[in-house]
Amino acid sequence: MRQGRTTTMLGRRALLRAGGGLVMVSLLTPAEAGPPAEIESAIRALIGDASPQDGGIALQTPATAENGAVVPLTIAVDSPMTDADFVRAIHVLATRNPTPGVASYHLTPASGKAVVSVRIRLAEKQTILVLAEHSDGRVTRAQAEIAVSVGGCLT
Amino acid sequence: MTAPGRPRVRVPARATPGEVIEIRTLIDHPMETGLRKNADGNPIPRDMLASFTALANGAEVFSAVFRNATSANPYLVFHARIDGPTAFTFIWTHEDGRTEQATATVAVN
Repeated sequence: MRQGRTTTMLGRRALLRAGGGLVMVSLLTPAEAGPPAEIESAIRALIGDASPQDGGIALQTPATAENGAVVPLTIAVDSPMTDADFVRAIHVLATRNPTPGVASYHLTPASGKAVVSVRIRLAEKQTILVLAEHSDGRVTRAQAEIAVSVGGCLT
Repeated sequence: MTAPGRPRVRVPARATPGEVIEIRTLIDHPMETGLRKNADGNPIPRDMLASFTALANGAEVFSAVFRNATSANPYLVFHARIDGPTAFTFIWTHEDGRTEQATATVAVN
C-alpha cells in the first residue's frame, strides 16, 4: 500500500516535469495528438451534453497488457444501487483504437452492485475512458493509461 | 459466419434473500470487426455479437452493447440481487439478429 502511494507521487512529479514538453509537442504537431474530435463525438453520442465529473469509479487494469487482444478490466462505480440512486449505464471508450467504442453496460437497481469485469482489445498504448451515468443524471468519469506489448486490433 | 460455441454461465446454486451474487458469463465468438485483413490482404468479413441481456424471472437485470474493442469470446462478470428463487435467462444477440441462450437458477436458503 505504502509502496503504491510512493509510486503514485513519483508518477505525478514526473508528469509535472513532462507537462511543459507535452504542451510544446502538441502545439507543434497537433495531428500527433490523436483524433480528439472522434472521441468527443463518441462521448456525446453516449451521454448527450452532460458534463462528466472525475471520481467515484475504481478501475482495475494491468499497467502493461502483454496481449492487446485480451486486456482485463474491472470497473467499480460507487453507488448504493437502490431504486432511488443507482448507476444506469457504464460506457467504455478507447482513445487510440481504430474506432473508440468498447462497450456499454446497462444496470438496474436489481444489479445490486455497480461492478463489471470484462476483457477489451487495445491496438496500442493508450488511455481508456470510463463514463458512469447515474439515475439522477450525473455522469462520473475515470480513466486509465494502459501500455500494450502486442497490439490487439489489427493483428 | 462462424458458429459460436456453447455459452457458459456460472451462478451460485443458492443465495440468501437480499444477497448480491456474482454472475460470470463467457461465449465463444471471434468478434471479428471487419478491420483486419487475412494473409492475402483481403478484409476478413465483420462477424460480431451486438448485445447481451440478462433476465431475472423475466425482468432485465443487466445488459451490454458490444462495440469493436470488446475482446473475442466475450467474458462478462456482473451482479444481481437475489430476492427469492430466481430463474435467469441469458441472451446473446448477433448483429444479424440470431440469438444464443443459456439459463441458470438460484435457489434461496
